[in-house]
Amino acid sequence: MRVNGAAFDEPPRAGQCLRTYLRELGFFGVKKGCDTGDCGACTVHVDGVPVHSCVYPAFRARDREITTVEGLAGPDGLHPAQQAFLDAQGFQCGFCTAGLIMTTAALTKEQRADLPRSFKGNLCRCTGYRSIADALDGVVNTVTEPSRAVGADLGAPAGPQVVTGTARYTFDVDVPGVLHMKVLRSPFAHARITTIRTEAALSVPGVAAVFTHADVPDKLFSTAMHELVDEDPADTKVLDDVVRYHGQRVAAVVATSETAAEEGCRALAVEYEELPAVFDAADALRVDAPLVHADKSSNVVASLKASIGDVAGGFDSADEVYEETFRTARVQHASLETHGAVGWIDEDERLVVRSSTQTPFLVRRELADLYDLPMDKVRVIAGRVGGGFGGKQEMLVEDLVALAVLRLRRPVRLEYTRAEQFTSATTRHPFTVTMKAGARSDGVLTAMQLRVVSDTGAYGNHGPSVMYHGCHESLAVYRCPNKRTEGYSVYTNTVPAGAFRGYGLGQVIFAVESVLDELARRLGIDPVDLRERNIVRAGEELVAPGDHATDLTIASYGLDQCLDQIRKFDDFSGGEGGGLAAGGGREVKGEREAGNGREAEGGRAAGNGREADGERAAGNGREADGERAAGNGPADEMGVAAPEGWLVGEGMAVSMIAAGPPGGHFADASATLLADGRFEVAVGTAEFGNGSTTVHTQIAADALHTTVDRIVLRQSDTDLVRHDTGAFGSTGVVVAGKAVLHAATNLRAAIVELAGGRVIDEQALKEIAARADGPVRADGHWGGSPRSVAFNCHRFRVAVDPQTGELRILRSLHSADAGTVMNPLQCRGQIEGGVAQALGATLAEHVDIDAEGRVTTTGFRQYHLPTFADVPRTEVRFAAVDDPIGPLGAKSMSESPFNPVAPALANALRDATGVRFTELPLTRDRIWKGLRAGAAQSATAAPAAIAQPASDPPATDPPATDPPATDRPGPEASS
Amino acid sequence: MDLNTVAEVISPAEVGQWRPGDAWLGGGTFLFGEPRPHLTRLLDLTAAGWPALTVRDDGLEIAATCTIAELAGSGYEIARQCCDAFLASFKVWNVATVGGNLCAALPAGPMIALGAALGGTCLLIGPDGERRVPVAEFVTGDGTTVLGEGELLRSVHLPAGALRARTALRQSSLHPYGRSAALVIGRLDDDGFTLTVTASTRTPYVLRFSVLPSSEMVQVALAERIPDEAYVDDVHGSPAWRRHMTRLSAERIRRELSA
Repeated sequence: MRVNGAAFDEPPRAGQCLRTYLRELGFFGVKKGCDTGDCGACTVHVDGVPVHSCVYPAFRARDREITTVEGLAGPDGLHPAQQAFLDAQGFQCGFCTAGLIMTTAALTKEQRADLPRSFKGNLCRCTGYRSIADALDGVVNTVTEPSRAVGADLGAPAGPQVVTGTARYTFDVDVPGVLHMKVLRSPFAHARITTIRTEAALSVPGVAAVFTHADVPDKLFSTAMHELVDEDPADTKVLDDVVRYHGQRVAAVVATSETAAEEGCRALAVEYEELPAVFDAADALRVDAPLVHADKSSNVVASLKASIGDVAGGFDSADEVYEETFRTARVQHASLETHGAVGWIDEDERLVVRSSTQTPFLVRRELADLYDLPMDKVRVIAGRVGGGFGGKQEMLVEDLVALAVLRLRRPVRLEYTRAEQFTSATTRHPFTVTMKAGARSDGVLTAMQLRVVSDTGAYGNHGPSVMYHGCHESLAVYRCPNKRTEGYSVYTNTVPAGAFRGYGLGQVIFAVESVLDELARRLGIDPVDLRERNIVRAGEELVAPGDHATDLTIASYGLDQCLDQIRKFDDFSGGEGGGLAAGGGREVKGEREAGNGREAEGGRAAGNGREADGERAAGNGREADGERAAGNGPADEMGVAAPEGWLVGEGMAVSMIAAGPPGGHFADASATLLADGRFEVAVGTAEFGNGSTTVHTQIAADALHTTVDRIVLRQSDTDLVRHDTGAFGSTGVVVAGKAVLHAATNLRAAIVELAGGRVIDEQALKEIAARADGPVRADGHWGGSPRSVAFNCHRFRVAVDPQTGELRILRSLHSADAGTVMNPLQCRGQIEGGVAQALGATLAEHVDIDAEGRVTTTGFRQYHLPTFADVPRTEVRFAAVDDPIGPLGAKSMSESPFNPVAPALANALRDATGVRFTELPLTRDRIWKGLRAGAAQSATAAPAAIAQPASDPPATDPPATDPPATDRPGPEASS
Repeated sequence: MDLNTVAEVISPAEVGQWRPGDAWLGGGTFLFGEPRPHLTRLLDLTAAGWPALTVRDDGLEIAATCTIAELAGSGYEIARQCCDAFLASFKVWNVATVGGNLCAALPAGPMIALGAALGGTCLLIGPDGERRVPVAEFVTGDGTTVLGEGELLRSVHLPAGALRARTALRQSSLHPYGRSAALVIGRLDDDGFTLTVTASTRTPYVLRFSVLPSSEMVQVALAERIPDEAYVDDVHGSPAWRRHMTRLSAERIRRELSA
């Protein structure tokens, strides 16, 4: 086989796929994402033809010429596709990027004209695809040599490595002699392990060890990583003799090859005593429910019952009261890099673990505690992390790897399969939320009441905090004097839930904002006006029932500006007067038209993922306009262009989020003058596509009066700084960034002093470094308190085909108060990515569990991630706000864009159809079913809320003549 | 993914070599896409050198090893439309085979739809000789076929008349370019009107009418011939919606072909 021009005679194994073969040769640019041919991260060229190397038999490539991303660049530099992705910054975590570039490099002109179709085999979980479309359009989004780094559209420092396949993710390192671990997982939702016979497994050639519950420390911990250990119940063991969900660890086998480790797992003889199980949170709350943890008195992990003001009186004084129950689905983070870690003992006899984690320092602390090691005998490193979204604020592999490394004194690796991500990692918490709200006829809220049941799965990791957080900012954003909350976080025998972008807020805000929308319609008030009359104002206290940390204030306020922008929905000038607008100017449009031609030419009707941008939709009136109403993706319709007869509606929602978690979030940073006059900045926090690294270099460059290319950033290694709580809770800029600012400012002050009044140029810096006794270095620290709040609003216009349930997004607008926007290009990318991920949860994604508690959606063919064709263009507008707490005025903008999306979409759907949908996701079959049920009821009453209609529509309906009667009763939202 | 239990590849492989633990290997995109711990040997057919597409007077012979990309480029519009109905990307088309899609026997397999809609025939070769089976009867359930032990799919024949017929296709999915929840094809030729329902049902349903029927007749036939329990219930669409989309598609196809 020839790879990138060089010959390799290593024979492939019989059942080996080409991806593994190439990675074993050291071509780490070829990524393992799904392992099933769906995500495209492993794309390579075989004799010039692009293929998914994970489903390509390696033996077949023996006499062929392979090109990987490492071989794409020519002697003159980057391949045009690589340069285009770099110029457009068409990536965030970058794990999918090599595959996208290899695919792009192979596209024909015809395929380039139809990107939604051509990219259906490439998944990106981070970007929302706009920046990828820009790369294909040749848009240059980055600036070079700005006068000031902060506020400029600078590219990510790792960009050149990402586009050449040389960025090093967790497993992109050669660890000589590494052993492979595989985990046997529970076939029952709840069982006691009575015996595990390991003899046969140990006799498999190559097997080095088997670990069972007899081999682990007798200690309980939580997989959740928080600064305050007590935030999560200690209810988990490394390996337990009771398994509480289908897919839980039973035993681990370590061997010289994956083949042997897998065979060892199959050779384990385990006997189980099945125990009664409970799969639904409402069932688990019953007094006679089976206990998920037998040592606890109930399945309730945490509860909250509190009220403020006079809630009953508030409802009495209301002119309109509305109450409804809403449900959200289990959603998987689906970061393209799965969980995994590799560990070894270093020359100083320290345990070293290289992990795909958002929290290296907290993992170190937990490993030291579990295995009774001093902290200085444990080192945890994260390479570049291939996506996180909260999923890697969790210790899911490191404890097992550490156990094996410590026992065997040999390097050991454990890499989750994609199926294990679904069955044995964590999910977003599924919530059931009953929300009741009352308002006077002028729209002023008189009372708000929440009842929340959150399913935390078999373990309580993040369970209490997610429930508390979900119930806080969702209500506190309204100044209503009477509020009551009843909340429960509940164990069930299902895959554990964990931290996920928004941390409970998205689920509760779906309910709150849906109910306020319904109230507005019933009162005949514009939903934007209703929000305006009730939102909390600058200077006011943030109030929600329950005990809440007192360090959270509205240190800066931009919600009014966000609402103004949302109001100017059909103003396509880019929101002038409302501060900085992003995404208005640079979009290239002309070529896009080509993708739409097929609508007229028959065949499968087209539709183009990118038509929904503002400018394009400008021609749309409120009424469905056939040719222009195409949203994303293809219709099931052929040759007929017109969504004539489609229903059109608009909806909006607002959200607020704390800029950082309560209870302390600490970051240390240091800045050091290097001998060559450059600066090294060390931070603890990890980079997983969030872009905090870019912002850290920008902050440091300005503080040190230099340019970003003279900043060398080192990160996510417990050897670098004293402590860092981690990259979670929207803290990459506001906490770690603040520590960097302090370190860099302190170093500048030290240098100014050492310079003694002379001009500080490069030569002076070199001399100062040379003259100093030791390193010229300064430290910075930030403790994450006090905290400010950030705001987001979203508004959609949608069209719905009443005959099929198909929904298209005609326009999508997001306004955000991020304080000072440190890097508009990146911040816009965070918002677009958050919106896209939220659209996945709103329109498509659900992890399903069958009657035995087994996860049935175990790959990307069953679990639909948003593709290029699914995601419309979202216009992003920023408020002009300067926050007094955040570094240089910045606030968080990473989790929060997710939060208003689902209710804005559901409200638009309600406006279009007259039906209130209450259960996510809103797939076509559910929308169709809801419209049928809504139509059946519309003759008799106001529109009913539709969750799951009790029965299917009658089979005898004549479908050819079936547009249901979906007149829109009730007041129209203003347009 | 790596099939770690596979210890040997026979390439090219022939009928008669099959033994328990073996799998016939086409492009590999299906076999390598899921764990197959029961497999110990792969019998590679792609090295046999079968010509991908052979045009004869009586129709088109498609080798089982013909790739989706080769079929998509064959010039037959209905074949191209069925290729477009794949969830898989064009990169998978470069490797995946027509035979592989048929043998995977998934409800959404568009090569099954193509063969069934055009009245195609499968040529099977086994240790006991050859036999021919209509494509519409090749798939017996979700993931199961008529293939016996050691038997392989050699080719699919599409008759010339059907290839010349007017056809219309409708694909329904929960997502743009997503997996088929209903894939319905109509064919109008000298034999009359043939309506083929796939993807929404576990196995293909072929409904024949001597002339282009009325809307009502199509709906009655669909209701009579396809029992409610035949509709697939999985994550790609609810059975009621699939049934509805099947019926809606049938009517739209009927209207298109009557124009």
